[in-house]
Amino acid sequence: MGNGKKSKMTHHETCRTDIPKMLEIRRVVQEGKGQKSFFFNHSIGCKPGQFVMVWLPGVDEKPMAVSYCNKKEFAFTSQSIGKFTNELDKLKKGGKIGIRGPYGNSFSLKSNACIVAGGVGLSSMSTLIDKLKNPLIIYGARSRQHLIYLKRYKNKNMIVATDDGSFGRKGFTTDVLAELLKNKKNKIKIVYTCGPEIMMKKVFEICNKHKIQCETSLERYMACGFGICGKCMINDKICCVDGPIFNSQQLSKMPEFGNFARLKSGKKVTIKEYHSVH
Amino acid sequence: MLQTKLCSISLKNPTILASGILGVTKESVNRIGKSGAGAVTLKSLCHEERQGNANPTMFGCDDVFFNAVGLPGQGIDSALKEFGRLDNLSVPVIGSIYGYRVEQFGEVAKKMASLKPAMIEVDISCPHMDYGKPYYADPELTAKVTKEVKNNSGKIPISVKLSPNVHDIKEIAHAAEKAGANAITAINTASGMVIDIEARKPILANRIGGISGPALKPIAVRCVYEVYETVKIPIIGTGGVTYGKDAIEMVMAGATAIGIGTGIYYRGIGVFKKVCDEMEIWMKKNKIKNLNEIRGVAHK
Repeated sequence: MGNGKKSKMTHHETCRTDIPKMLEIRRVVQEGKGQKSFFFNHSIGCKPGQFVMVWLPGVDEKPMAVSYCNKKEFAFTSQSIGKFTNELDKLKKGGKIGIRGPYGNSFSLKSNACIVAGGVGLSSMSTLIDKLKNPLIIYGARSRQHLIYLKRYKNKNMIVATDDGSFGRKGFTTDVLAELLKNKKNKIKIVYTCGPEIMMKKVFEICNKHKIQCETSLERYMACGFGICGKCMINDKICCVDGPIFNSQQLSKMPEFGNFARLKSGKKVTIKEYHSVH
Repeated sequence: MLQTKLCSISLKNPTILASGILGVTKESVNRIGKSGAGAVTLKSLCHEERQGNANPTMFGCDDVFFNAVGLPGQGIDSALKEFGRLDNLSVPVIGSIYGYRVEQFGEVAKKMASLKPAMIEVDISCPHMDYGKPYYADPELTAKVTKEVKNNSGKIPISVKLSPNVHDIKEIAHAAEKAGANAITAINTASGMVIDIEARKPILANRIGGISGPALKPIAVRCVYEVYETVKIPIIGTGGVTYGKDAIEMVMAGATAIGIGTGIYYRGIGVFKKVCDEMEIWMKKNKIKNLNEIRGVAHK
């Protein structure tokens, strides 16, 4: 367990620990139909937008955004979509899984913020939302059953949109954002976003049009989490250490953003093909 | 002060990114070149696309690092399209290749040579693959593979990367040199395992993996020392080099160039420049103008 920082006891730079530590699940919260949060009584010292590597012995190890974090406990929120997350879904209170991290850089903390989140992408933004003063949240998903944290954020300033209109407005988060920014009286200074990459790309473009700063939390296939396996490259950026948070200036120099990603083998493919595999 | 000649290649300094770390894309090669490496070795490629092992494939701590990535790679044909050529980047590039059968080494070497790398490295030593009998552990098999690659690489120099997981590394190095190798890369990772006692399972999904980082260095220094005693061709001393003092130690054992891989885990991509700066400080303090003055000095 560690975060790649130099230890206080350091006598040379090689003091660090990135070995999974087996932690007991203290509670499991059902967040939606296929989404669960797993809580651990452990202070992980996570900055907004960071992630942990989660090891299920005998199954796999995957990056998961930290979705709850305070001095006593932390959690991540998983959505069952494949072998790994389906195995996670079977775990109950008292079960043990391996955790290392936290990893990655973090969101800036600016006021007058707007959050644009899609689906389970909201979980990557919750450590940010907890730190911001009254952000406006635009949250969307395909349909009601894909929405999470509706109770958690019931007192927040939140606009919900679903593709099929089964909850909140019918339509896309990006339409809500575009409408909002068109109104010259809006006070938004920065937009933070996480969700499907096509959505984030659109958010980035809308922000550019209105000359508003944007920060995205990107996802790529990761094996190490500490910047050496080279699988998560986006152009010359290493997603796990230079990111996963990138700002408008960086994104404008990343032609692969919204277009290409790399498979586990390192092969460069379109985002669409990438998502059909990973 | 640190300019180095490796075979026919001029390096601005002797540090080389070792194969397997980051060297997957052209842009990462350029970035590592700009950050100070004298040369960059690509992650190994073979005749087909490979996904590699399930995770965890790597983890590390203070003085030791473990990996069993299982040689993932896009395959040489896909790499040909992506890379186009390798002689126009910010730094000399070493193309690392392997195959399953001897002929495949030749086939991949030929394609790699068409990209015009500064050198081709032959990965016969990865301990994770099931080759049946490993090439690295048998002098005759090492010679066969070396000849096959040499015959398909044209004028591009080749370096054969050896494994420490053998009874006698000297006979393997000798076989590679006799078969036409222009250099020796010593060493790959040492075989090891870590079991998590809470999970009651080895942490690496592959169970067995390779040890690198500072813990590997004494083994690497010993291997470089033994290889230097045996062959006349230059050695790329690789294994646990993290600081300038480690690189100086490798040179004293007989290395011409210094491979750095896991060092990035401990000190970031800036490790190459840091190691070079530390080497220069030591050299000035000890009135050494050129590394040739101390190369192999430990043998005297």
